[in-house]
Amino acid sequence: MPQSLDDQYSLGDSIVDMGGGDGIDDPVQDNRPRILIMGLRRSGKSSIQKVVFHSMNANDTLFLESTNIIIKEDFQSFIDFHVWDFPGQLDFFDPTFDTNAIFGEYGALIFVIDAQDDYMEALTRLHDTVTRAYRVNPNLFFEVFIHKVDALSDEYKIETQRDIHQRTTDELADFGLEKVSLGFHLTSIYDRSIFEAFSKVIQKLIPQLPTLENLLNILCANSGIEKAFLFDINSKIYIATDSSPVDIQSYEICSEMIDVIFDISEIYSKRTSTRNDSGMSQSIKSAIQPTTDETASDASSLVRLHNDMVLYLKGVNRFLALVCLIPSDNLEKHGLIDYNFQCFKQAITDVFDLKRLSIERRLEEDIDDDDISI
Amino acid sequence: MSKKVLLMGKSGSGKTSMRSIIFHNYVAKDTRRLGATIDVENSRVRFLGNLVLNLWDCGGQDMFMENYFASQREHIFRNVEVLIYVFDVESRDIEKDMHYYQDCLEAILVNSKNAKVFCLIHKMDLVQEEMRHRVFEARLNELNTRSEPVKITAFATSIWDESLYKAWSSIVHSLIPNVKLLESHLQNFATICEADEAVLFERTTFLVISHCTKMDNTDIHRFSKISNYIKLFKMSCSRAQAQFKSMEIRQADFAAFIDVLTANTYVMVIMSDLSIEPSATKMNISVARKHFEKLEVSHIAR
Repeated sequence: MPQSLDDQYSLGDSIVDMGGGDGIDDPVQDNRPRILIMGLRRSGKSSIQKVVFHSMNANDTLFLESTNIIIKEDFQSFIDFHVWDFPGQLDFFDPTFDTNAIFGEYGALIFVIDAQDDYMEALTRLHDTVTRAYRVNPNLFFEVFIHKVDALSDEYKIETQRDIHQRTTDELADFGLEKVSLGFHLTSIYDRSIFEAFSKVIQKLIPQLPTLENLLNILCANSGIEKAFLFDINSKIYIATDSSPVDIQSYEICSEMIDVIFDISEIYSKRTSTRNDSGMSQSIKSAIQPTTDETASDASSLVRLHNDMVLYLKGVNRFLALVCLIPSDNLEKHGLIDYNFQCFKQAITDVFDLKRLSIERRLEEDIDDDDISI
Repeated sequence: MSKKVLLMGKSGSGKTSMRSIIFHNYVAKDTRRLGATIDVENSRVRFLGNLVLNLWDCGGQDMFMENYFASQREHIFRNVEVLIYVFDVESRDIEKDMHYYQDCLEAILVNSKNAKVFCLIHKMDLVQEEMRHRVFEARLNELNTRSEPVKITAFATSIWDESLYKAWSSIVHSLIPNVKLLESHLQNFATICEADEAVLFERTTFLVISHCTKMDNTDIHRFSKISNYIKLFKMSCSRAQAQFKSMEIRQADFAAFIDVLTANTYVMVIMSDLSIEPSATKMNISVARKHFEKLEVSHIAR
């Protein structure tokens, strides 16, 4: 049965503290994580980027033109990050390209492989990319998206993944690079797998992840919640969930719920909504709509299902929403759960404020240092 | 009460696909698996309980078409309430499509002259977005002249967006006998609830049966969009082994309630006055339930 969260969170100061401590080494400079999307031409890089970050319909990606310059995009969200979309035909190891500038930042490199095609060439390119990038920045996360698997049978999918995994690790081992952190994901833009894969990638880049998980665990345990996801509203990537195992179906239904709620809200809300349906860049959008904060954070929606489960959505802030699966019996103490949500929301705000404060403080210190040296 | 609906058009134009999406809960991409329709496929769809749509999905290969116009002429074209003719917008041989279409109209005029005719310009998703309107206008003009003296209603459709729901909602709307009565009761209901808008959906297809708007909304396609969204969401619910029951949305400036009304309908109520408690609206819906059920029953008795 639900119980009040008051005590847990008031003890929670030490928990909250964990997040701010291990920030990114260099906050003064551009401290945004950078996500590089690479791969051979026509492997689906731009489509992925459009579908995930611009909520483009998967079928409309047919009309996308091939990319021929590096597209850099700021994505403003709970953490700000850059997405760089590289043209496939570009040889970025050309001496004129500054590999240090490209790979030097904190972040992740996503390599997209078209699974419907012969992937030998892609693998050579992948090995090449990984070895070079690793030399520049050993802290980079490497993620391989085995893409366009929607057309493959389940058996063949597993086989392909195994084959690619095997070949890549063998090759890298030959170069003495066993320690490279490599992740493999089967993805397709026609289902949720691409969002799931991106969620995993982003989660690696969030230093506050253990704190967020902890907060979610406490919330779930005390409110009779079966499963909770903290979603980024714009991209439907989940940035954290409680520590119970993720069942892909519950993730799917939660993200579909966000879709349907925001689609309907877009029709009836008189204010401009937070969602972007055009191809307009995220940063421009958020720049011209600074007042949407309230809209999203007041959101509270629920869907009742016939198996006595309730999907409950609560807006946390402009970018984040919490979606929970609650057995309908536990929802009887509606007020208490709402109260717990408020505590949770406050805790999340504190976590992210802490990071901002620490950055500001360091900035101030730097300025002070400068003064002294003068 | 059974109503005969003819679904015709060239082979591969998408007749079976759209029927499967609207009435048999297919997702758009699953229609790739559908094979060609051989001869005529009859399906009876219960719609709104007492109204049964008798769908005749007529395979469009030349051999079958010739057959319909010759030996099966009377069998096919008799007692038709609605003819839906589907055109593939990307078709190479427009002249031939038109030829069959006119043969079809001729047969309809003789055998069931009161039939309503709907033309769907289908697969619009294959046309670039900027071009769609112009292409549709051009086709519509041609169809209008070719259809003389029959008055037709035409829609641009695609299985990949809500346009399909818009077309079918209006087709179905023309088939419901007591739609005026339903409309006036819905009007009352909306006034009592102080709702901005109340919309009645059929339960399994989520096609719009009737709506009542008190507050203007700029989005004219909103009902078919909502049909589409909810239907997709219902399907993903059932994929997760759960059935969709009801939904409540609260945003900063409006609240929406989507709930079961009768055994055959769902209702959506939009409220912008947030000082009205959600439970009051829910109470109104549950009280209205009995009333609308009675309305349906009295209709069967007639």
